[in-house]
Amino acid sequence: MDHQPPPFFKRGPAPLAQLSFYAALSLALIFIDSRFQTLELLRQGMSMFTHPLQQAAHAPVEYLQNAGNYFSGITRYQDENSRLKRAQLAGAGTLLRTRQLEAENERLRKLLDVKGRQKANGRVAQILYAARDPFSRRVIVDKGQQDKIVAGQPVVDDAGVIGQVTRVFPFVAEITLITDKDQAVPVQIVRNGLRSVVFGLGNGQLELRFMPANADVQNGDLLVTSGLDGIFLPGLPVAKVVHIERDTSYSFARIYCVPVAGVENFGDVMVLDPRETISLPVQLTSEAVTSGVKPSLKAGSKKKHLKRE
Amino acid sequence: MHATYSSSRILQPVRPWFIRVSLMVALILDFLPTRAWPWVPDWVALVTVFWSIREPRRVGMGTGFILGLAMDVADSSLMGQHALAYVLVAYAATWLSRRILWFPLGQQAMHVLPLLLMVQFVQFAVHAMPGGHFPGVSYFVGPFVGALLWLPLTFILLLPQYQPVERDANRPI
Repeated sequence: MDHQPPPFFKRGPAPLAQLSFYAALSLALIFIDSRFQTLELLRQGMSMFTHPLQQAAHAPVEYLQNAGNYFSGITRYQDENSRLKRAQLAGAGTLLRTRQLEAENERLRKLLDVKGRQKANGRVAQILYAARDPFSRRVIVDKGQQDKIVAGQPVVDDAGVIGQVTRVFPFVAEITLITDKDQAVPVQIVRNGLRSVVFGLGNGQLELRFMPANADVQNGDLLVTSGLDGIFLPGLPVAKVVHIERDTSYSFARIYCVPVAGVENFGDVMVLDPRETISLPVQLTSEAVTSGVKPSLKAGSKKKHLKRE
Repeated sequence: MHATYSSSRILQPVRPWFIRVSLMVALILDFLPTRAWPWVPDWVALVTVFWSIREPRRVGMGTGFILGLAMDVADSSLMGQHALAYVLVAYAATWLSRRILWFPLGQQAMHVLPLLLMVQFVQFAVHAMPGGHFPGVSYFVGPFVGALLWLPLTFILLLPQYQPVERDANRPI
C-alpha cells in the first residue's frame, strides 16, 4: 500500500517549471502570429467568449451616449439636416453629370474593347470602437462573417480610403487603418500620374517611400489609389502631401502625407466589395503553374507580400 | 469591521466564485473603450497580481495565460503579447507573495508598481523587437495609477473575507 502525501502538499509543478512552460507557449504564439498569421481559428474561437463580454462592457457607454444625443436637442439635427440638403443640392450637378459621364465612359470603353470598370458597391458598417492596443491603429466594425465580409476588402468613408479589412470574426470585423504602421496602399499622384506606395507611420501620418530625391512631388498633391494591387478600386482619394524633405545625403526624398479621409473619426464607413479577380491569359497561367508560383494570389497574402517588399 | 493590515488577522477562506467574478469584472473593465485615456490602469494585471499574492495556489500563471489570450483577442493585438506579460507578472507576484504581505499597504503598493510597469515594458519589448515605435510616455502612466489603486482594491477584494463567521442581524456589514 503506497502512501499518498496529504493534499496540503500537492502544489502542482514547480513555479519555475510553470513559468518556463507558459512563457515558452506565449513566445511561440507571438512568433507564429507575427510570422505566419495562422492563428485566425484560435482567434475566432476565443472571440466567441470575449465578444459577449465586450458587448456587455460597451452597452452602458452606448446608452450614455444615446441619452446624451437625445438631450442635445433637436435644433442641432435641424441645422445638420438643412446643411446636408444644401450640400446635396450643391453636389447634384456634378453627380448628374458623373452619371452621364460614366455611361459615356462605359460606351467608349466598349467601343475600344477595354474591360469595363467595376462599379463601387459595398455595405455600410458602423465603427464600434478602436482597439485598445496602443501599438496599432485598428478599429472594429459591426459587420462580420454573417454579412459575408472577407479579409482584404477596402474600407472608405465619404472623403476617401480609411483602411482595409484584416480580420473577420463571426459578428465583427477588424479594419487596419491606412495610418497603421507599415500598412501599404499603392497610390498614384493625380497631377502627373506618378505611381508609388504610401505607408502608414503609426502616428497618424503617411509616408511616400522610395521616391527619388528629384521626383516630381509637390506640397498639396493629392494621392489616389492606383488599383495596381487588385484590391483597391482605382481613383479613390487616399492622402495629401504636406511636407517634403529633399536631403542630398539620402537617395530618397522623405515625403509626408496626411490622410484625406476621417481616419480617426468614428461613424459609418463603407466596406467595398472585393474586386473581381482578373483572370490571366491561359498560357500565362500554365507557365506560372509549371514554375511553381500560384497565379491566384489571395487578397490577404498579396498585401503581406507587398508589405514584405 | 476594522481593517488593520498591520495585524495578521485571520481571514475567512476566500470563495472561489468571488475570485472568478472579480477577474471577470476586471476583464470587462479592460474591454471598456478607454483608448482616449492612456492612464487607465490595466485592471486584469492589477487583479491578477492581487490574487497571485493573496492566493498563489488558486491564481497563478495559468490564469494569467488564459486572461492574456482573451485580452489579445479583444485588443486585436499580437497573439501572446498580453499572455506573456501576465504570465511573467503572475510568476513575480507568486514569488513575492511570501514577503509582501508583511509590509503595510503603502509599501505593498511600492512592490506592486514595478510589477505593473513590467507588464507594460514586456509588451513594449515585444513590439520593439521588430522595430515598433514608442507609444508615448502616457503608456507608462497606467501602472502608477494602478499602484495607487492597490489600497482601495485590497479593501474591496478582501471585504467578503472580513465578514465574521457568526451572523449578526444588527451589524451594519
